[in-house]
Amino acid sequence: MYAFDYARPESLKEAASALRRNADARLLAGGQSLVPALRLRLSRPPLLIDLAAIGELSGIRVENNVISIGAMTRHADVAASREVQRTIPALGRLAAGIGDRQVRNQGTLGGSLANADPGADYPAAVLGLGATVVTNKRAIAADKFFLGLFETALKPGEIILRVDFPQPLRAGYAKFRQPASRFALAGAFVCDTTSGVRVAVTGAGPCAFRAKRMEKLLAKDFTPKAIEKILLPADDLNSDLHAAADYRAHLITVMAQRAVAQAATV
Amino acid sequence: MTNAIGQSIPRKEDFRFLTGTGQYTDDVQQPNQLHAYFLRSPHAHARIRAIDVAAAKTSAGVAAVFTGADLDGKVNGLPCGWLITDMNGQPMKEPPHPPLASGKVRYVGDAVAVVIAETLDNAKDAAEAIAVDYEMLPAVVDPAKARCPGVETIHDEAPDNTCYVWSIGDRQAVDAAFAQAAHVARLDLVNNRLIPNAIEPRAALASYNRGEASYTLYVTSQNPHVERLLMSAFVLGLPEHKLRVISPDVGGGFGSKIFLYPEETVLTWASRQVERPIKWTAERSEAFLADAHGRDHVTRAELALDRDGKFLAMRVHTTAALGAYLSTFASSVPTILYATLLSGQYTTPQIYCEVTAVFTNTAPVDAYRGAGRPEATYVVERLVETAARELKIAPAELRRRNFITRFPHQTPVALCYDTGNYEATLAEAMRIADVAGFEDRRRHALARGRLRGLGYSAYIEACGLAPSNVAGSLGARAGLFEAGEVRVHPTGKVTVFTGSHSHGQGHETTFAQVVAEKFGIDTADVEIVHGDTDRIAFGMGTYGSRSIAVGGTAIVRAADKVIAKAKRIAAHLLEAADADIEFADGKFTIAGTDRSVAFAQVALSAYVPHNYPLETLEPGLDETAFYDPTNFTFPAGTHICEIEIDPATGETRIVRFTAVDDFGKVINPMIVEGQVHGGLAQGIGQALLEGCAYDAETGQLLTGSLMDYALPRSDDLPSFDVALKETPCTHNPLGVKGCGEAGAIGAPAAVMNAITDALWTLGIRDLPMPATPQTVWRAIRSAPQGRTART
Repeated sequence: MYAFDYARPESLKEAASALRRNADARLLAGGQSLVPALRLRLSRPPLLIDLAAIGELSGIRVENNVISIGAMTRHADVAASREVQRTIPALGRLAAGIGDRQVRNQGTLGGSLANADPGADYPAAVLGLGATVVTNKRAIAADKFFLGLFETALKPGEIILRVDFPQPLRAGYAKFRQPASRFALAGAFVCDTTSGVRVAVTGAGPCAFRAKRMEKLLAKDFTPKAIEKILLPADDLNSDLHAAADYRAHLITVMAQRAVAQAATV
Repeated sequence: MTNAIGQSIPRKEDFRFLTGTGQYTDDVQQPNQLHAYFLRSPHAHARIRAIDVAAAKTSAGVAAVFTGADLDGKVNGLPCGWLITDMNGQPMKEPPHPPLASGKVRYVGDAVAVVIAETLDNAKDAAEAIAVDYEMLPAVVDPAKARCPGVETIHDEAPDNTCYVWSIGDRQAVDAAFAQAAHVARLDLVNNRLIPNAIEPRAALASYNRGEASYTLYVTSQNPHVERLLMSAFVLGLPEHKLRVISPDVGGGFGSKIFLYPEETVLTWASRQVERPIKWTAERSEAFLADAHGRDHVTRAELALDRDGKFLAMRVHTTAALGAYLSTFASSVPTILYATLLSGQYTTPQIYCEVTAVFTNTAPVDAYRGAGRPEATYVVERLVETAARELKIAPAELRRRNFITRFPHQTPVALCYDTGNYEATLAEAMRIADVAGFEDRRRHALARGRLRGLGYSAYIEACGLAPSNVAGSLGARAGLFEAGEVRVHPTGKVTVFTGSHSHGQGHETTFAQVVAEKFGIDTADVEIVHGDTDRIAFGMGTYGSRSIAVGGTAIVRAADKVIAKAKRIAAHLLEAADADIEFADGKFTIAGTDRSVAFAQVALSAYVPHNYPLETLEPGLDETAFYDPTNFTFPAGTHICEIEIDPATGETRIVRFTAVDDFGKVINPMIVEGQVHGGLAQGIGQALLEGCAYDAETGQLLTGSLMDYALPRSDDLPSFDVALKETPCTHNPLGVKGCGEAGAIGAPAAVMNAITDALWTLGIRDLPMPATPQTVWRAIRSAPQGRTART
């Protein structure tokens, strides 16, 4: 690890101003990706701004069928939340399946979204549920948030405050884990709402994306069988040691079917 | 406690390990110690044109920087401990293995320079300032391609990248048997390369004492005396008695900590140059790159059978990777520890095996849990199961028809099995695994859309390494005895000094049980000391499931000497003839009387010899024995694995795993069960999860972390059903055979036989390990009948 300065602001304002003063500073949320990168000397920020002491960034609130989850809320807290289980049980299950217990106790929603790892779970939920990412500057629709590999719509100086999830009619999430890292090789979040069906895929492409052909078919017939024959084009999908693109394409369909089956039983 | 042997007493070492009071190498802190960081090659194969360390030497906190050039002429290469003689009677090619790369780098991770500094970060910062000018060369990582025309030569000493071509068995007789065969089963097998991953990474702390001109090295070693001998006599040219090697608590080895590595060698040498202690602890990424790996065979295997399914002959051609350099015992693993096991549990009358050992631009390959025997078992048991399916004979039945039932049995590949009962372990495993109910379970699984399969593996291993004269005739450059010292203190408490080394095996408990039973005292009154060349007379260390069979026997022999002497003391105290003294239950008794003296009383007399036969007997009660075994031991058993495949994803779940093992007499069943569990986890890991991958073009390690190299987790494994059958070893006093490697030896074939059983009707005959979901899914998709399997 290279040496760095460390700040632990107690207010959002302080954090934002520290970030403004130092353009190369990095925000530290749960540290589950950033700290290993630091340890491997892959990242060399002059300043780490730890968001852990800013109380307003944590917590879960439900209002008008919208579930707001603070950016610094830990995965374990989302998984254990009765409010989440009551309103979007699939989101609770997703959080309960991230990484391992240690990761869930430390990792945060905002950290996961800002990092935008192609294999992360939360992007599928945010995109699948059509959530809104609220920052200190603006509100960003999920459809505009994920831009590419580790790339988001966040601009320099922008800090995620919370994510607003609209409550769906029903939703399901299924993923197939990479055997070593246990990140998603392919995961599908399926969500049925009054305004239509959304299917978001993670793990398979550079970033989370929607499977619109599946959405159309599921809007007519919300059953696993409806999408049985759909195979996404492999050209745009990731290929690596663990899964070639054609296997990922196949897994997307299987996981989407399983997510539908799960949503249908809730 | 007079019946300590056979009891599942809790491990004495657990309190220390579970409460964080163990002392591992990295826990040792010495005043003024420096930290070392090794700069490693980022290239698989390159010529070093120049190394510029000037900036690094003046970097903050740096005490010294050394490269291969600094060691040239002062430090010899690392030796190989086993000379293999090739088919033409020529010695194997032994290219030098410099501790720091000299002229060339030959794998990604090859150490190029060491930076020694006040802190590890200082050392890393300085290492970034070292400029190495590399001239890139083409790399070869696939053993099957290492000898192809046009492939770049890795060592000038071996222009065709071949270390040796070695054979065993009568080729003509085998070919003749194949010509007569009613059926021949054939398989092309790859035994996948594995990365050991002990939980404690390798570490070393070296210091030099100028006043005494002596060195002390703390190191994560499975055999500190061997480490000392090789390092002092062969590499650094130091007086052996001036080098103390201490292996304190060691967190797992699995073979990877047997070997003499570059890092501790460089540290020991450098500690004298800087006259300060130097510490190095591998990071996990370094361990992936630079620990010796295991397996990596490419094999064509054939089994000839007659009309009744009797095995006539086996023919095996294997290409084995040795990696970029010859590691300490690398040459013996794919030969002596592999081909000699190809008879398995069977009467196969003729076996021929030819092994081509090649250098590749990869980390060195050496012994890893099982070392050659898992590869042999995989060949034999995959062939047997395949032959059974082809001949439509039940796999268990085919095995029964070919089991060795009379002992001793001389195999055609050098070994002579002293004892065993293969039908018993098979029958018990089939009973526990409920093989009778399997077809029902298969049908039910199919109704749920799952493909269910059952596979056997009837393994054998040769343990208790080894009769030194036999090993010597086969090329070993070391003896393979073990030493033990039993020191009875004046109060009757006992300290045992053993040349075996415990790094997870529980010796402090099992060895204490052996001595406690011998003397009729409590196990709490016996302390086991290991891992220090200054405290222990000598030792060959722990590997090859040898500790209880060889190290344990040395302790028994020393204890027998103690008892023999104590009887004479007791005879004096009881005023009886030596011959009339019996020793049982911790008491020396005049035979046929109730007159006795307790063990502790005799011990006290030995050290307070007021009433003592001083004219004929020395005081004290402390005996040493060196034990050299007369034969190998032959643990054997049957594993039965039952799996389910989800054809939609290709995922394999192990639903049942049964292991019935014959380890001879068992000292502590709980510890043995733990050893079996660990071995099975590693064997299942090889079959389903673990596959080291290097990029075929660049030679970069693709599975360089736990994010890409899949070690088994608890939820990858079923709850194991394990049981024991005991046929005591005939040639050691405890009747023990060893248990440490069995799980890793038997499990891969059992798992793969189960998977291929599930997929056989789809037309799938074989699958490569690890059978990852993608591999299985793809095989089903491309199989003749695969589309029907609801993928």
